[in-house]
Amino acid sequence: MSKDNQNPNKNENYKSIIREYIKKNSSKRKTINNLVTILLFSFVIIAIIPLGSILIEVFKNGVGALSFNFLFQPPGSMGSGDGGIGPAIQGTLLVVGFATLIGAPVGVLAGVFLSEYSSSSKLFAYFLRLFNDVLTGIPSIVIGIAGYITLVLTLGSFSILAGAFVLSVIMIPIIARVSEETIKLVPNTLREAAYGLGLPKWKVVWHIVIKGSKSGILTGIVLAISRIAGETAPLIMTILGTSLFFSGFNSPVDALPLRIWRLASQPYPSAHEQGWGAALLLILLVLSLSIALRMFAQKRSITFKSTT
Amino acid sequence: MPLKDSKDTHAELVKKLDLQSRKSIFGDKFFKALVIGASLYTLLMVALVFSALFEGSIPIFVKEGINFVIGTDWNAVEGRESFGAMPYIIGTLVSSAIAMAIAVPVSIGIAIFITEMIPKKLGTILSFVVELLAAVPSIIYGLWALFVFRFWIRDFIEEPLHNSFGDYISIFARAPFGLDVFTAGIVLAIMIIPIISAVSREVIKAIPHSQKEAAYALGATRWEMVKTAILPSARTGLMGASFLGLGRAIGETMLVTLIIGNAIGLAAIPTSLFSQSQTLSSIIANEFNEASNDLHLSALIGLGLVLFVITIFINVLAIFIISKVSKSYSNMRE
Repeated sequence: MSKDNQNPNKNENYKSIIREYIKKNSSKRKTINNLVTILLFSFVIIAIIPLGSILIEVFKNGVGALSFNFLFQPPGSMGSGDGGIGPAIQGTLLVVGFATLIGAPVGVLAGVFLSEYSSSSKLFAYFLRLFNDVLTGIPSIVIGIAGYITLVLTLGSFSILAGAFVLSVIMIPIIARVSEETIKLVPNTLREAAYGLGLPKWKVVWHIVIKGSKSGILTGIVLAISRIAGETAPLIMTILGTSLFFSGFNSPVDALPLRIWRLASQPYPSAHEQGWGAALLLILLVLSLSIALRMFAQKRSITFKSTT
Repeated sequence: MPLKDSKDTHAELVKKLDLQSRKSIFGDKFFKALVIGASLYTLLMVALVFSALFEGSIPIFVKEGINFVIGTDWNAVEGRESFGAMPYIIGTLVSSAIAMAIAVPVSIGIAIFITEMIPKKLGTILSFVVELLAAVPSIIYGLWALFVFRFWIRDFIEEPLHNSFGDYISIFARAPFGLDVFTAGIVLAIMIIPIISAVSREVIKAIPHSQKEAAYALGATRWEMVKTAILPSARTGLMGASFLGLGRAIGETMLVTLIIGNAIGLAAIPTSLFSQSQTLSSIIANEFNEASNDLHLSALIGLGLVLFVITIFINVLAIFIISKVSKSYSNMRE
């Protein structure tokens, strides 16, 4: 606005020039403001359209495939459109279940360390947080390759154990992060009261800290489960996929995302329909988990970084 | 501990208390060991991933040397093996660059809109919806892109561009198919928008209110406030958020595998926006189970190592940027 200093001697003149300037510019500034608002609003719409389209397409194309046979039968011969995805459903439940058995305790304990035990070893805690973040950023397919080399090659076969191990590696940093954040929310007065009653530290941590932040820890575990349930890439090189039901710990198993991939890669329309059906199941599983979790978290006002 | 048993003599009581405290000392040590063990396990996993990839890719680096990274040939046929990763590195970078070009402005725009331009309640609902996108598994993005979205892209964007500019501008030169690096980039963008916008929202929320109020007090409109008070101080944080998204885009596998066209070797270097290509992760997913011999497998593991190194670099950069920013904010408040 320094341009308007041309005539500073006459006060009246000066004022009227500024008034003119503001009048002239304010409508332009308002228009720009409105245009930007509309532009940013359209960005939100752009982001939401794919979500809507995915939900509509998956539901529209997948609902026709659902039937008793589809849910419980093993796949029929290629291209026949017979059979179902029973082994994939069973396999997903088993692999995710076993992964949670490994990942949840390790993740929660690491979170406990970060919030309760890290004061005496700051450097170790710093590296643990850094490595946790690094682990979150490693592409899942790379973790899958590592699982292939360490477990599949050593044990000599594709197996549910290798799959569960790989998925647990993906879970651990997520659970550790959320556990740390929620455990920190436990008020210090509670800890001090427990110490005052003469409880040893481990009992304070177990009975007061962990049990007190149960709901938050559970939220973290469910978040991690909803993340790994849809993982495909690391399963290619660990459980391989099969059309048979679970038959032992040293043979390949199937999983929903893996089955969707195989079905989508086949050239038959009947396979595509089954693929959409499997996608419908998977998306129902994952979205219901994450919607329930978010509502729960909002009610308890638990904050967690949802995407890192 | 309960002391109600009055028959206990003093000596017995002391003994009991002593036992109890020994138990709790043991419990303390045991629990601490457990917790530290879990933490070490986490550290071990990072080391394990790295050492496994390193060990697995030794054969290919011994055979090809630096040629493995800069070579452009990819031939798995017995006796004529030759493996070069360059085309896939380029394919990865090009598809991620397209994704970033779309996703960064859109997600930052969304973050600004949700935090600054609408009432808080509406913002919570909108961010909830946008973040649901992050929950959709990437294989489902792939399925949707393969059977639905690529036809939209082909009919509404690629063909008009090709028909009007194809003769003059070489990046629009190839006849569009829908299965190409352009479509892959756009779907990747859709996938990383919720990630970038979630982190950007945190960054924008962390900016001290006094800055925004100062801008308003000087008579700024909402957009001028964003432009003068938010964007300059959020710039580094927004960059960190974008790097996080970039890390995700580079490592993404399944949807890319389904829609990028899966070219091999020299053909995988995209010459136009509408060329088929291949990324590091997609060729691993495509060929891992069909690897014809140990050297081929080792080459795929080597690609994994290259991917690992690239993503680690980008992620660590993002982590440092974001942690530096949050520190400087807390300084500002004090």
